Amino acid sequence: MSPPLPWRERRIPLAWLLLIRQPARLAVALAGICFAGILMFMQLGFRDGLFDASITLHKLLDADLVVISPRTMSSIAMAGFPRRRLVQVTADPDVVGTTPVNWNQLLWRNPETRTTRSILTLGFEPGDSLFLPSALGDQARLLTQRGRVLFDELSRPEYGPVARWMKEGRTVETEVAGKRIRVAGLVSLGASFGADGNMLTSRETFLRLLPNTPPGSIELGLIRLRPGADAAAVAQRLRQRLPKDVAIYSKRGFEEFEINYWRGSTAIGFIFTLGAAMGFVVGCVIVYQILHSDVSDHLPEYATLLAMGYPLRDLLGVVAREGFLLAILGYLPAWLTGQMLYVMVRKGTGLPVQMDSQRSLVVLAMIFTMCMASALLAMRKLADADPAEIF
Amino acid sequence: MPISMPMATLSDATPAVAVQGLNHWYGRGATRRQVLQAVDLRIQPGEVVLLTGPSGCGKTTLLTLVGALRQVMEGSVRVLDQELLGSGRGDRQRIRRQIGMIFQGHNLLRCLTAEQNVQMGSDLLPGLSYRARRDLAREWLRAVGLEDHMGKLPHDLSGGQKQRVAIARALAAEPRLLLADEPTAALDRRTGRDVVLLLQSLAREQGCAVLMVTHDPRILDVADRLVQMEDGRLWSAEPALVG
Repeated sequence: MSPPLPWRERRIPLAWLLLIRQPARLAVALAGICFAGILMFMQLGFRDGLFDASITLHKLLDADLVVISPRTMSSIAMAGFPRRRLVQVTADPDVVGTTPVNWNQLLWRNPETRTTRSILTLGFEPGDSLFLPSALGDQARLLTQRGRVLFDELSRPEYGPVARWMKEGRTVETEVAGKRIRVAGLVSLGASFGADGNMLTSRETFLRLLPNTPPGSIELGLIRLRPGADAAAVAQRLRQRLPKDVAIYSKRGFEEFEINYWRGSTAIGFIFTLGAAMGFVVGCVIVYQILHSDVSDHLPEYATLLAMGYPLRDLLGVVAREGFLLAILGYLPAWLTGQMLYVMVRKGTGLPVQMDSQRSLVVLAMIFTMCMASALLAMRKLADADPAEIF
Repeated sequence: MPISMPMATLSDATPAVAVQGLNHWYGRGATRRQVLQAVDLRIQPGEVVLLTGPSGCGKTTLLTLVGALRQVMEGSVRVLDQELLGSGRGDRQRIRRQIGMIFQGHNLLRCLTAEQNVQMGSDLLPGLSYRARRDLAREWLRAVGLEDHMGKLPHDLSGGQKQRVAIARALAAEPRLLLADEPTAALDRRTGRDVVLLLQSLAREQGCAVLMVTHDPRILDVADRLVQMEDGRLWSAEPALVG
């Protein structure tokens, strides 16, 4: 005879009404949670964006295996190794192609303001494959003439209005490392924490710009394998065959090598994680304050409910539901604002900061933990609700 | 609507409240003070009993003990056929579900409308759908004459209206015992009397026993029986008046 369970269990939504009938307090609570959420989104976004940005170029490389010097610590300080090693690699039957690459930071002079700034410069033989076809197209042929470079139009604006001038059809000439060069075309690669801008050129031009580089020395070697080859097995073979003056990585391993540098050898990961933790703590304090004063203000009402025969469990549930609702109501605007700020960061810094589902979930979990932990602490105040005191 | 209880069954039913040899103390050690001394009290179902006496004489303490809001120290307190001496927290909470309480202040939940406040009472009834409990709340508000104020927050109601909402809330849980502590204290003369008369008639209809603490001489005539308390002792229970 009794009605179905959901209808039997349904009660006055006390937690919800407590929140919405005190709009000022709700607004403060949501602002606090939202602030904490945004802080976490930004800090974690910067951190992951930095790690992601540090491998912007790595991801574009047309390679299955990568050769670097064992002295190389990261892409901002690439050590050289003999180019011969890359020739030795071609002896392996699974290797179908190699590309020797010079990789260094040079000083670029802004053609408009004449100030200089360091730019990441990659030198390669225009006939070799450097990047995946989507990144470079067939523009490499423009580099066959000496003194020509391809400029990354996603470089930060401090390098000058190169992209705009090029699109207007102007001839852009400027100075790199004190030598005159001409911009032959534009590519879209992307800035990173390690490099604010990128430039591609032929090895010949690269050696002219940096005459101290020994001609037989390169900083990066790309290896392409025949389809179906086992990259890990080839890498293992090459490691055994080649002298110890080179290190072999898979493309993914090379990316991780770079990320690990930023994560481990710098304080960046720690700083941003600490920043996110600060947001978490601030949020905890705010939510706890709000829920605690809410419980204190309504103590006589809670005591009345106890006197009416409601079990303490129900009242704890009300506080828990308040925490739950605050978490949801605070997370949504934080997510939306985070999304907007990410767009601004992408536009302002060129950093590839994306609202990915993993970070969305991490921050959601943090906000839930924050609200539920605060609710749990605020519940202790409910012990003060003594129904015997209300008469 | 609640079903009225046939009057014939009232006299031979077990009493709603049976207090025997109740002693109670506050404080401990040197400051220990006895507030109730050898109190005996019986209230039959449907009976309206008024408890009067000077302030500080222990009336409210007796009320909290009978209302299962406080642990009984010594003596027997049987409420609705359940012994409260030695009862646990959970037992007392379950017994309280069958006891309606009306307070000096109205003690309504500020964030709930009149209707929702009353439903907090009917929500205690087991096995009813949300809609049934809400309809019950509306009926009780109608019974106390507030059908036009259902959607109002306590903030927007007058003192008498708030006290009537509190009565509706107490009765909506279909209690078999109603405890009231100076329900007219915050009300003017006429509203105070109206509220108590309403309380009396609704409780009678339900066959619900009432124990009301009051200082208000204007409402003494609604009682079936008057009980006086002084210095923690009940004395001179006057012969029952015909209610």
